[in-house]
Amino acid sequence: MKNLHDEKEVLQEERSILTAPLQRRSFLQFAGAGAAGVALIAAGCKKDRSMIDDGGIKGGVTLDFKDDIGVLNYAYALEQLEAAFYIQVAATPYANISAPELAYFKDIQFHEIAHREFFKNALGPAAIGGLEVDFSKINFADRTSVLGTAKAFEDLGVSAYNGAGKLLKSTVYLTLAGKIVSVEARHAAYIRELISPNSFSNVEVVDAVMGLDKSRDPKAVLAIAGGFVKTKINVINL
Amino acid sequence: MNIVDILEEIEKVDGEVYERFSPRRTAMKEFFNVGKKISLAAVPLALGSMFNKAYGQSTLPANVKAVLQFALTLEHFEAAFYVQALKTTGGADFSGSKQMALDKAAIEIISAHETAHVNFLKGVIGADAVAAKASYDWTASGAFPNPFASGNYGIFLAVAQALEDTGVRAYKGQAPALVGQGGVLEAALNIHSVEARHAAKIRYMRAQNGFNIKPWITGGNDSGVANAAAVYAGEENVLQAGITITGINGAAITANAATESFDEPLTTQQVLDIVKLFGVS
Repeated sequence: MKNLHDEKEVLQEERSILTAPLQRRSFLQFAGAGAAGVALIAAGCKKDRSMIDDGGIKGGVTLDFKDDIGVLNYAYALEQLEAAFYIQVAATPYANISAPELAYFKDIQFHEIAHREFFKNALGPAAIGGLEVDFSKINFADRTSVLGTAKAFEDLGVSAYNGAGKLLKSTVYLTLAGKIVSVEARHAAYIRELISPNSFSNVEVVDAVMGLDKSRDPKAVLAIAGGFVKTKINVINL
Repeated sequence: MNIVDILEEIEKVDGEVYERFSPRRTAMKEFFNVGKKISLAAVPLALGSMFNKAYGQSTLPANVKAVLQFALTLEHFEAAFYVQALKTTGGADFSGSKQMALDKAAIEIISAHETAHVNFLKGVIGADAVAAKASYDWTASGAFPNPFASGNYGIFLAVAQALEDTGVRAYKGQAPALVGQGGVLEAALNIHSVEARHAAKIRYMRAQNGFNIKPWITGGNDSGVANAAAVYAGEENVLQAGITITGINGAAITANAATESFDEPLTTQQVLDIVKLFGVS
């Protein structure tokens, strides 16, 4: 009897764990509202909804910043978003795209896929599921829309890695993040040059007096990125 | 990131940052009032000094200080390179550019950042910050033609690219020594990504001037300068944390794309070996 009773208690506790976070934990919800528009499954372009764990419908994904795994999953989430965006850009290039621009966008696409798949493999079973993206606000046929979004994503990525560095405890992971952030900064500079010559490190991103790039903490980053993600991203232990 | 952002970031790691800066938070206002009186160019130095006073030179761990001195040594060199480039006499021959005014303006932007980095680091390190060399050997002991000679604009861009890519790789190599250092690590990362923006811009300028190169590093030494090999040593790496990036999970990632996707660090010794040819160390 005692065992049964214990079991019941455990079950109740489990249930409360499932429901309690709403009240107990301060976490951020990022549920994209747009029903229409481009909906890609970021982590592999699978159209089969059953392939996505949770699919952003129920609990979404949780980034637990209690350790480096959470930080890496945070990076994985951002790389999923970037990769999905550039896959779409490369698949449906904007009108009258020049050959060099298309070639470089394909390059960037492969860089972001490489980052995404790297994190997926490095995290293994600890990896969060695939995010469902919402690109309904982007007009992929229009150069201005694509470049503006690319600039926003790259600058966001740079500031995200810059802000996350101090959360990492492992020197190995810190170095890996460093290896990636400078590539994101190269992307950012190039895309900025396409939009406006000599804006590669202008005051929007680099403090003119200090010569320092921006950092953003994960909450600020996810508040921006969330506008492009349908899957709910929960943040805990930050 | 502005001054207030920096302080807020530090406050998250060190809740008493304001108290460290001054016994009273109100004293911060005094600083900003002072800030209005001093020239804009002096602000990085002043802010760096605040870092220094806040944590105290004696409390700056020796290895952290060594990293900052190393960074300052490189920044002195980079800053001097661009100051020289912008000199009316003996500067870079911008007339060799297909887009002279645009390129010159870009170098002015980069120059201002490098000088700001010097002043910032000087402020953080304090009184015994390393000084700039009186002069540097811009030919790297004859490894390159003089980048500032008439008609050598292409050489100038090639050397600038090598310096920026070295800077990116150098900061990346120092990051592990700053793990757990909060604000200092963040500042180093904030400089690191600026150097990467510079590197991409210089590479793009070379492409615009007809040289076949991308904003990202393809393979190993893609600079077109054989003597810059040491700057790109190891960039051909396609193995990250034991994971092969080429063709990862069936994706069409070529070896070139795999190398472009990840920039590689340089060790302190590798960097010193590169820059000693310029008379830096």
